[in-house]
Amino acid sequence: MTSVPMTQSAVSEGSASEGPLLVVEDLKVTFPTEDGPVTAVSGLSYSVERGKTLGIVGESGSGKSVSSMAVMGLHDAKSAQISGSIRVGGTEVVGLGESKMRALRGNSMAMIFQDALAALHPFYKIGKQLEEAYLVHHSSASKRDARRKAIEMLDRVGIPQPDRRVDDYPHQFSGGMRQRAMIAMGLINDPSLLIADEPTTALDVTVQAQILDLLQDLQREFNSAVIIITHDLGVIAEMADDVLVMYAGRCVEYGTVKQILTAPEMPYTWGLLSSVPDVLASTDARLIPIPGNPPSLLRPPSGCSFHPRCVHSDKVPGDLCRTELPPLLPASVGAAHLRRCHLADPSAVYQSEVLPEIAPDLVEETR
Amino acid sequence: MFAYVVKRLISGVLVVALVSMAIFLLFWYGPSSPAQTVCDRETSNRCGDRIEIYERTLGYDNPVYEEYGKFVKGVFVGRTITVASNEYECTAPCLGLSFVTKQPVKEALVDRIPATFSVAIGGAFLYLLFGIPIGVAAARRRGTLTDKALVSSFLFISSIPYYLFALLTWLYLTITFEIPFFSNTGYFSPITEGPWAWFSGLFLAWVALGIFGCTQYTRFTRGAMVEALSEDYIRTAKSKGLPTRTIVYKHGLRAALVPVVTIFGIDFGTLLAGTIFTERIFEIQGIGWWSLQAVQNRDLPVVMATALFSAVVLIISNLLVDIVYSVLDPRVRLS
Repeated sequence: MTSVPMTQSAVSEGSASEGPLLVVEDLKVTFPTEDGPVTAVSGLSYSVERGKTLGIVGESGSGKSVSSMAVMGLHDAKSAQISGSIRVGGTEVVGLGESKMRALRGNSMAMIFQDALAALHPFYKIGKQLEEAYLVHHSSASKRDARRKAIEMLDRVGIPQPDRRVDDYPHQFSGGMRQRAMIAMGLINDPSLLIADEPTTALDVTVQAQILDLLQDLQREFNSAVIIITHDLGVIAEMADDVLVMYAGRCVEYGTVKQILTAPEMPYTWGLLSSVPDVLASTDARLIPIPGNPPSLLRPPSGCSFHPRCVHSDKVPGDLCRTELPPLLPASVGAAHLRRCHLADPSAVYQSEVLPEIAPDLVEETR
Repeated sequence: MFAYVVKRLISGVLVVALVSMAIFLLFWYGPSSPAQTVCDRETSNRCGDRIEIYERTLGYDNPVYEEYGKFVKGVFVGRTITVASNEYECTAPCLGLSFVTKQPVKEALVDRIPATFSVAIGGAFLYLLFGIPIGVAAARRRGTLTDKALVSSFLFISSIPYYLFALLTWLYLTITFEIPFFSNTGYFSPITEGPWAWFSGLFLAWVALGIFGCTQYTRFTRGAMVEALSEDYIRTAKSKGLPTRTIVYKHGLRAALVPVVTIFGIDFGTLLAGTIFTERIFEIQGIGWWSLQAVQNRDLPVVMATALFSAVVLIISNLLVDIVYSVLDPRVRLS
C-alpha cells in the first residue's frame, strides 16, 4: 500500500552508520478511545541523514507531532499502539525497552517544543534544568561539570551573561531567550537527531528568524539530523532540505524542498501554498484558503482523505477519489518526489489552474 | 518581603482587636446574663435577689466600655482582680479569671495547648502520610478501576459529616468491636508523663482525624497531580531521558504540592486553633473542648481567651502559608 522512499535499500545493504541516521518505515500510531480506535498516523515512511533537515508540514491534527513523539518514544505505552519500524542510528526503537529508550532520549535524540514557557518547569532554575539533562546521561560527571556545561550551552545559543542568567527561572526570561534555553537543553548532550516541534510558532517574527538562524548554525556545528515540524511554509523554505507533507495521518507528498515549493503535485500542497501571504507579491495575488475543516481521524473519509475538500476531484474519472486511497507514487517531475493523488497529470493542472491564481508573476516568467 | 510581613502582622493585630470587641459585645448584650448562670450554680438554683451581688462581682453593673477597657488594660499591663474579698494580681498578658473555676485563664490556656497541639500534629501527620502517596498513586493510575474505586470510596467517606464519622469510629472501635488497643484510649496525658500513655490516649483521635483527612488529601493530591502530570514540562522531562520516578516526584509532585501545601496550611491552622469535635468526642481536654464548655457555662474570660487564641493561630498560619507559597513557587513575589 505504501511505497518507501529510495533510501531504504541503501540502509539494508550498507551498515547502519553509513545510511540515514533516522529511518521510519510504515509507521502506524493508533490511540484507543471510548469512541473507537483513532489512527493518528498510518503508513508513514521517511528518512533523515546527518546534517540534513526534514521539514514536516501539515495542519493541526495531521499527525506531525504524533509521529515525532513516536520517534522519541514519548507516547504512553498504555494508550498508544505503535507498529512499523523506527530506526535511530541502526537501533530499532519500536518496542524497545523503557530503560534502553531512556538512554537514547535526550542523549542521541532530543526534542524541543513549541511553547517554551510551558515546556520548561516553572519551579526550577534554567541552569538546574540544563544540568539535569546533562547529568542523567553523564553519571560520572560532577555537579560542577554540569553547571559549567550548562553555562557553556547557554553561551552557545546566544544568551547574554550566561553565568548570571543560569540562575534565573524560566519566567524571568523573554520568549526568545526561553526558546534558546530550550534549544540549549536539547543540544546539551550533542544529540545526532534533533526534533523541533514548531520551535518558532509562539515567537514574534523577528525572534523567529533569529531562532531559525541559530538552529541552522548549531546544525552545521553538531552535524546533526534535524526534523522541523511546522505549518509555516516560510520556515520550510528557510530550513528544510526535504519536505514531508502530511494530511490526516498520512504522507501525501514527499520531495526536496525545491520540488515541493516549485512543482507540487498534490492539491493539498497547492492549498497550503495558496494560503501563504507573500509580502513582496503583487496585489493581484490572492490568498485562497483550503475550504472545509481537517477530517475527523475517528471516521476518516473513504478513499483519498482529502477528497471532501479537494476542488480538483472532478478531474479524476469515475468515483476513484471517494472510493480508493491513492498510492504514494513517484511524481512526474524529479527523482525521489512522491505524491499521493489520482490526478493523471497534476503538474499540468498546477501550471494551468493553480499557479496563475496564487502567483501570476511566476506564470509570466515561465512563459 | 519584610515589609509585607510587617503589614500582615499589623492587620492581624487589628483583626484580633475586632474579634475581642465582637465577643465582648455579643456576650454583654446576649440573651442571658453570665451572672445568672454562675449564680444559679453557686446557690443551687436559689439565686433570686443575690443576682445583684454576682453581677457586681463580675462587673456586669458597669458599662460595657469600662469592662472592655479593664480587659484590654489587663492584656497589656496586667491588673488586680478582686474575687470575694480576695485580691488576685494578674500579670500581663492577663486574660482574667474563669467565672466558673475562679482560676487564672492564662495558666489554664497554657495547660491545654499541648493536648490540642498533640491531636492536631498527630492527625495531620497521619493524613499527610497516607493522603499524599495514595493521591499520587491514584493520579498515576487515573482512569483505571483502582483509581475509580479509590476516588469514589474516599468521596463517600468525606461526604459524611466529620462529627458523625468520628463518633462512629469511636463507637465501633471501642464499644462494638472492643478492639483491645483502642478500648483504653480517649483521654489525654502529657508526653512528659510517659510517651506511651500520651500515644495510646491520643491514638483513636488521630485515627479518626487521620482517616477523614486522608480521604480529603488523597483527592486534593490526586487532582493536583493529574493536572501537573499533563503539563508540557512533564513531556519535556520525559524527552530528556529522566527515569519515571524523577519525572513523577521531582517534576510532577513538586508542582502538585504547591496547591496541596496551601490547603494544608489553612487546615492545619484550623486544627491547631482547637478541634472541637475531636476533643469533645474523644474526651481530650484541649482548647476545643474547653471553649465548648466555656460557651455552655457563659464563662466570658475563657470564651475570650479561646477565641483570641484561635484568631492568633489562624492569622499566623495564613501568613506562613503565604510565605511558604512564595518560597515554593518562584513566580510569586510577596508585596
